[in-house]
Amino acid sequence: MPPGSPRVNPRILREGLGVLWVAVRAEPWVFALSVAASVLYAAMTVGSATVLGRVTEHVVLPAFREGRTTAGALALAAAAIVAVSALKALGVAGRRFYAGLMQYRMQARYRRAVTRQYLRLPLAWHHRHPTGQLLSNANADVEASWAPIAPLPMAVGVVFMLLIAAVSILLTDVTVALVGFLVFPAIALLNVVYQRRLAPVATHAQQLRAEVSEVAHESFEGGLVVKTLGRETAETERFAERAAALRDANIAVGRVRGLFDPVLEALPSLGVLAVLMIGSLRLRSGAMTAGDLVQVAYLFTLLAFPIRALGWVLAEVPRSVVGWRRVRGVLDAGGSLPYGEAGPASGSAADLEVRGVRFAYETEDGPARVLHDVSFGAAPGRTVAVVGPTGSGKSTLTSLLVRLVDPHDGSVLLDGTDLRDLRHGGVAATAALVPQQTFLFDDTVRGNITLGQDVPDDRVWEALRLAQADGFVAALPDGLDTRVGERGATLSGGQRQRLALARALARRPRLLVLDDATSAVDPQVEQRILAGLREGGDGVTVVVVAYRKATIALADEVVYVEHGRVLDRGAHAELLERSEGYRNLVNAYERAEAEQEAVENETTEGEALGNETGEEALR
Amino acid sequence: MTALSETAATEGAFSTLRRGLRLTPEFRAGLAGTLLLALLATAGRVVVPIAVQQTIDKGLTGTNGPDIPFVRTAVLLCAVAVLTTAVSAYLMNVRLYRSTETGLAALRTRAFRHVHDLSMLTQSGERRGALVSRVTGDVDQISQFMQWGGLMIIVSVGQLLVASVLMAVYSWPLALLVWVAFLPLAFALRRFQRLVSAAYTRVRERMGDLLSAVSESVVGASVIRAYGSEERTAAKVDVTVEAAKKAQTRAQGLVALTFPTSELVAAVATAGVVVAGTLLGVGGHLTAGELVAFLFLVTLFVSPMQTATEVLNEAQNAIAGWRRVLGVLDTEPDVADPGDKGETLPRGPIEVRFEDVGFAYPGGRPVLHGVTVDIAPRSRVAIVGETGSGKTTFAKLLTRLMDPTSGRVLVDGVPLDRVRFSSLRERIVMVPQDGFLFDATLADNIRYGRPGATDEDLLLAMTELGLADWLEGLPRGLETPVGQRGESLSAGERQLVALARAYVADPDLLVLDEATSAVDPATEVRLQRALDGVTRGRTAISIAHRMSTAEAADEVLVFDEGRIVQRGPHAKLVEEPGVYADLHASWVAQRSI
Repeated sequence: MPPGSPRVNPRILREGLGVLWVAVRAEPWVFALSVAASVLYAAMTVGSATVLGRVTEHVVLPAFREGRTTAGALALAAAAIVAVSALKALGVAGRRFYAGLMQYRMQARYRRAVTRQYLRLPLAWHHRHPTGQLLSNANADVEASWAPIAPLPMAVGVVFMLLIAAVSILLTDVTVALVGFLVFPAIALLNVVYQRRLAPVATHAQQLRAEVSEVAHESFEGGLVVKTLGRETAETERFAERAAALRDANIAVGRVRGLFDPVLEALPSLGVLAVLMIGSLRLRSGAMTAGDLVQVAYLFTLLAFPIRALGWVLAEVPRSVVGWRRVRGVLDAGGSLPYGEAGPASGSAADLEVRGVRFAYETEDGPARVLHDVSFGAAPGRTVAVVGPTGSGKSTLTSLLVRLVDPHDGSVLLDGTDLRDLRHGGVAATAALVPQQTFLFDDTVRGNITLGQDVPDDRVWEALRLAQADGFVAALPDGLDTRVGERGATLSGGQRQRLALARALARRPRLLVLDDATSAVDPQVEQRILAGLREGGDGVTVVVVAYRKATIALADEVVYVEHGRVLDRGAHAELLERSEGYRNLVNAYERAEAEQEAVENETTEGEALGNETGEEALR
Repeated sequence: MTALSETAATEGAFSTLRRGLRLTPEFRAGLAGTLLLALLATAGRVVVPIAVQQTIDKGLTGTNGPDIPFVRTAVLLCAVAVLTTAVSAYLMNVRLYRSTETGLAALRTRAFRHVHDLSMLTQSGERRGALVSRVTGDVDQISQFMQWGGLMIIVSVGQLLVASVLMAVYSWPLALLVWVAFLPLAFALRRFQRLVSAAYTRVRERMGDLLSAVSESVVGASVIRAYGSEERTAAKVDVTVEAAKKAQTRAQGLVALTFPTSELVAAVATAGVVVAGTLLGVGGHLTAGELVAFLFLVTLFVSPMQTATEVLNEAQNAIAGWRRVLGVLDTEPDVADPGDKGETLPRGPIEVRFEDVGFAYPGGRPVLHGVTVDIAPRSRVAIVGETGSGKTTFAKLLTRLMDPTSGRVLVDGVPLDRVRFSSLRERIVMVPQDGFLFDATLADNIRYGRPGATDEDLLLAMTELGLADWLEGLPRGLETPVGQRGESLSAGERQLVALARAYVADPDLLVLDEATSAVDPATEVRLQRALDGVTRGRTAISIAHRMSTAEAADEVLVFDEGRIVQRGPHAKLVEEPGVYADLHASWVAQRSI
């Protein structure tokens, strides 16, 4: 991915201001308060210079001259100084607080919007976008979009402050004002140059920071593979290479900052010196008074720092624009899964029909066709087994049955209604899928099974019993309230599968779709699960993807799939009879066994020899 | 020990800094020069305003009107000082950036390596995200501080000191007044800073919650869709978004209060100086010029105090980050590589011996009891048993992913903990059940264990494993990208790749932990047969989930409740009553349909 760091140019600036305008329109009151506070701050900053000047002139100097003063005058002076500062402090606090509030409100608003969109967009869209990218859209990009809000009120205040200062200097002395009009634009201009130079290197560093994180994440996630193959050193080199690139990028950022920061600090000082030089000449000619000159010099030092706030806003603009474009990309993504109006049928087991379904995944090389004209049905209460070799499209088929994706052609009908015509939630109320890869939430056992629905505990336990999970759940320290950790990390693969199964069973679905959902479960345990399903299984239609014969044997009908096509349908015995592929697949073990026995009978005497030749073959 | 070390979390900030500096020598490179430049820059920052003040005082507002030659000389000298300050600040910046970033890159890399060196148990005891942040966010925090706060601290402290000394020189009673005014602020700042840092810790926690909630809605998308729990997930995310916003707003509110507080204290101090100074002046102890100069010094004194809270915050964060990184480095790997002192095993068939091996997970019940077993070189062993009987633990001990709690494991007569990792990992390879793949092409993944393998080697290996047909069916063959965690492939296909990866690594002992559980029977049998062929002459141990594997093995080890209860060839075991016969009977019953 390119660093994506547009420079500050008029177009980007316009776009950036557009983003800010979105925020201003969304939070007009908070923005107004923050700007009001900032203007107060600006006015009081200039005001504090004036107050100190007045105090010196009217209280301090007369006192020194006359050798006496009054308590009233001193109290008034002190009160004025403190009052102006208090107002300034109020301005600072208000500006900071409301700017922050606006920023965080906008972040929250768009994080919600982005997540809602994730939950709304079809899975096909999810498949096209890497997880890391989606996470950073919701996090870093939202944050970047609204980053210029923080310094924005200050910048608005500064503009105001500059106007006051300009008028005030202009009224004092036109010649000295000219110096100001040279220095202030110079600072502003230098700031723009600074941000232009900084933006690309900073964005590059940001990009590399993400890359370093990606490498670390993947490497730690594959930690077991790294360990078992002894690749720690190679992984460290891979990481060190990215870390070194980040180091260089950070040093590049440092060079730019290290150059511009001192220059930006020196510039106002040089301005003050110029004012003094010219001012002293004007002073001699009597064009201005010493007091005026001091006040102008003081204004210069006061403005030197806040004027940089303009630069901060500009600095954030390119990042904000890039972040906003990505966020909009998510929010504007089309292709939602439209829902119909039809309510799900109720009652006992569902009637499933799959008619001429075709499906392809989008890839870089064009669509990869996975299912070609698949048709089959499952009558209410019946069990259908889908059998086929690894990679033949079975999992894709199961995701079509519960409408995780829609077919490109053909249709899936539940009780005679096309899944696309069912209203939102209609499919989930009828059908439950237990996928091959179980996903558990970082929640309690109960939470993972009920998924927030109001399911009484006895029904949860009943589901756990059916899934043969009641034993180990009861042995967990907090039973149903035990937290399972990130993605169920504290449980074994078989335990996770059984919880996922219980999750499906607890909803008493009318159609149960099992995608090789017991592969990590012992055959013995699986037997018990299947027996349980069969006993209480009158009210449910089951579609099961399986390899194990015992599982297949429970089915009333078998659908044999190869390369995305239904090659045959019928009872297990019939398929054994007429389909060679099916026979080879389900009888693989017996055939292997038979051949093994044959080989053993042949080679009992030649075993030692076999080993020898084997070893030679290795060398 | 399975948790990351906590010692760093409890030690003082200075001790952390000292240890951190010791562990990262790059930080100290040229530090003296950098400090010298920093001193120069600081001096400039303080001297220049004072010089300006003096120029105004003596040159412009003197009793005899403006003294132009004096002003000209003074302005020129000041300009030189300003430029010198800028140049030394620039040089200091560049040096500081270079040395800290170099040091941090090294620290980051060292911590990364150390995470990989930690045992599997330690790794899995931590949240993955937490481990990642040790080498990313935590280090970035130090970097951020170094780039901004580190400089600020040096310059601020310098400015504070110089301003203090000068104030005392001008008028010690007034200086005392200023200090007394700021003393409570210094204490208040500490409290404030603690509150602020606690608030930011909360923000980070809430952001962590938010991220995991969002992450679940992305990673668990299909489950959420399948169970129609979009509303509930959205509500869950909303709660975390709201909590994060609240924490952020609270922290912002605190910060928004801190800064103006010092502004107010400064105003009180200034007002006090004006009042007291005027009274002193009336008493003849102070001139008007001295008072004006003193007021100027007060502003110099105040500005570092105002930035102090923010600097301290950054410092606090950086130290916390540093502590977490050191926490990783402090954690001794409980399964350690003997390194150069260890032994290297010569290549050739491997013999394994377990001597009275017991194992218990930390704080858990024992899962293996007194396992003693010999596995002859070149033998093909199957391990069977119910879930939780200790099969996987056995495999993990054999591959030294964990060390036994009692007893020992020997390979070719050498205790496993004395074998160098480089030798051990080359000769013994385990294929775990979950075929994790890296986000790269198929070829990159298959050659992961032997980077030198050419495409021809890979194709040959795939052919030998009987996977050539499958490979040909993929649109881009070896160049097919597998996606994150290999998720573009099906679970069964991932297992095929993981197996090929281990095979290409060419080990002498191959340990398969239900490595083909998601593969269809025909492919599995083909694979099994291919493996039999290619591993002939090597030792192979497979944890079997299908009894067909056991039937084909030379020897079967039957595990039950952490013990080996039966061993022998299938033909013998199936005859005698026991666990194996039961397992086999239920397997046969399942098939004989």
